[in-house]
Amino acid sequence: MNNPNPKTLYDKLWDTHFVGSRSDNGDLLYIDLHMVHEVTSPQAFEGLKIKGIVPRRVDSIVATVDHNVPTTDRSKGLSGIKDSISRDQIQALQINCHDFGIDLIDLKDLNQGIVHVVGPEQGFTQPGMTIVCGDSHTSTHGAFGCLAMGIGTSEVEHVLATQCLVMNKQKNMRISINGPLKKNVFAKDLTMFLIGKIGTAGGTGHVIEYDGSTIESLSMEGRMTVCNMAIEAGARAGMIAPDQKTFDYLKSKPHSPKGNEYETALKYWKTFHSDENSNFDTVHNFFAEEIEPQVTWGTSPEMVIGVKDRIPSKEDYTSQTERNNFEAALDYMGLNAGDSLENYSLDQIFIGSCTNSRIEDLRKAAEILDGNVISKKIKRALIVPGSGLVKKQAEEEGLHETFISSGFEWREPGCSMCLGMNPDQLGEKERCASTSNRNFEGRQGHLGRTHLVSPAMAAAAALAGNFIDISS
Amino acid sequence: MNKSISNIFSGEAVFLDKANVDTDQIIPKQFLKSIKRTGFGPNLFDAWRYLDKGDLNSDNTKRKLNPDFILNHDLYKSCNILITRENFGCGSSREHAVWALTDYGFTTIIAPSFADIFKNNSYKNGLLLIEVDKEKIDEIFTQITEKKTINIEVDVHNQFIYLEEKQIPFELDDFKKKFLLDGIDEVGFTLQHQNKIEDFEKNYKKTVPWLFK
Repeated sequence: MNNPNPKTLYDKLWDTHFVGSRSDNGDLLYIDLHMVHEVTSPQAFEGLKIKGIVPRRVDSIVATVDHNVPTTDRSKGLSGIKDSISRDQIQALQINCHDFGIDLIDLKDLNQGIVHVVGPEQGFTQPGMTIVCGDSHTSTHGAFGCLAMGIGTSEVEHVLATQCLVMNKQKNMRISINGPLKKNVFAKDLTMFLIGKIGTAGGTGHVIEYDGSTIESLSMEGRMTVCNMAIEAGARAGMIAPDQKTFDYLKSKPHSPKGNEYETALKYWKTFHSDENSNFDTVHNFFAEEIEPQVTWGTSPEMVIGVKDRIPSKEDYTSQTERNNFEAALDYMGLNAGDSLENYSLDQIFIGSCTNSRIEDLRKAAEILDGNVISKKIKRALIVPGSGLVKKQAEEEGLHETFISSGFEWREPGCSMCLGMNPDQLGEKERCASTSNRNFEGRQGHLGRTHLVSPAMAAAAALAGNFIDISS
Repeated sequence: MNKSISNIFSGEAVFLDKANVDTDQIIPKQFLKSIKRTGFGPNLFDAWRYLDKGDLNSDNTKRKLNPDFILNHDLYKSCNILITRENFGCGSSREHAVWALTDYGFTTIIAPSFADIFKNNSYKNGLLLIEVDKEKIDEIFTQITEKKTINIEVDVHNQFIYLEEKQIPFELDDFKKKFLLDGIDEVGFTLQHQNKIEDFEKNYKKTVPWLFK
């Protein structure tokens, strides 16, 4: 029977959370889960205090510390943080959570970690939900069939006070990827490849739904990696319809519904998928066999090539703006046009971040490092697990022994060198193979040079001292 | 917040000839440790503007300016309108980027396109974003290269900019326009619709009881 009103996954998420329109035509969207961290929340809590307002639903809020936290010894807790400004910011979150009665997964808690690793692994993230956080990589949670979006601090305050986000509905984009991935090509390569194809503004004004057999074949961890970088394609939200893998993943998580409630929830969750013949404003199709292990060469995630490809040349760009951008990026990165990336030595390796710090990522890195020692060219190699639970799991599997004996430092969980707000940073002109999500100028440290890669490529590059082809 | 902009205003423009300017460039991470909304202006475009690396403890007046950076040219030091290339404000959701731009003195940014989160953050802080075709931006670039300085008049109510006798229309959502012009407190405004939120919540709770504890 034909569905007279087919809806996309995004349409369904929008419709089930649409509260109404304000008199100025701003739409109010109801928010189920609000995740909070120390960097983008203090001004929002201050706003509430000035206005004399309390959060509307404390039960919808979870807070953790991740951006600023040191990844070395944390046994002294807050007083062990040397940087007094970082310490003040973490303390501000502790005070705000205490004052408003918000659950805080604090520095010394086993469950502490990167907010986008903690949400799913604790079962806070569930299909059919709307999720916000003052962090652009909130798109990660879309892997569970949620509408999950990064918001600014004024919006954090607004959601705390009203449980609603003000916006107008965005457009629907579908990106279908089909076929098996090649050897040593992973979700990270897939998501970087897509950004290279549609550009960092390709998804602007849209939410992206990823589908196709390649997406279905990915684990939940892989799907999170794909959705995590939807924002790097310009889309505030990326999403994947939930399936049996999603439901199995959630079954045993601490905060997912249990018993009869799980069965009721399951029925509800299964309604969140795009109907046949639903309408997408923009559609892209790709085949997984096109994808090689990816490495970024420039200062934008769209500046990405297969590891065997050459760095582009000026002639590859048509407009003067593009040529200017290309030359500025090449100059900043200290690279030559048309060269192979294999010709450049690396200084640091970073395996971590909300993109690639989950157990599957660490297992892959360990598999490649197993029994080998990193190149003498590498000054420092860090592995920063995404959460205390990931760290514990990795240690139970003995992965940390592999990392340490190969020459990696095994750290405490946090955002770490993805953005270098804590002491984990690149030195000037240091070149880094990083499993994070942004290769912007100075992102990992003043004048640092970031190449984004998968955990497998980062591990292989650590052994070789430069990028190498891992596809053969 | 409660900052409103004038219905009609004019200003001198500076052209930042770069595409995909990300929020890490607008305000680098070390300044995000501040728990205030103010004081970010001196560190706007910090890594491009200064020759050394600064942090929250730096005395910016003593730092060495990068003479090649456009905002440091004498001609452009008091500009309040920034013209730039596509996808301005991409990357991190940090509202500090908008706070830095307004604290520096920018009232308006004109570009072919802006990133989604940055757009939302801007109107909440009285920063007007104007999207203009790529071709028009190229024309403005040619003009500013020839004349060095240009004056732009912005009519927010009627949604036009006037530049060298040319009238260029722009789009602006109703709700963003209202907030920019009236500068009202958005939380307070939404709370006027509290009945709607309560009615929704009552029904929604029956559908997904496990999400309410």
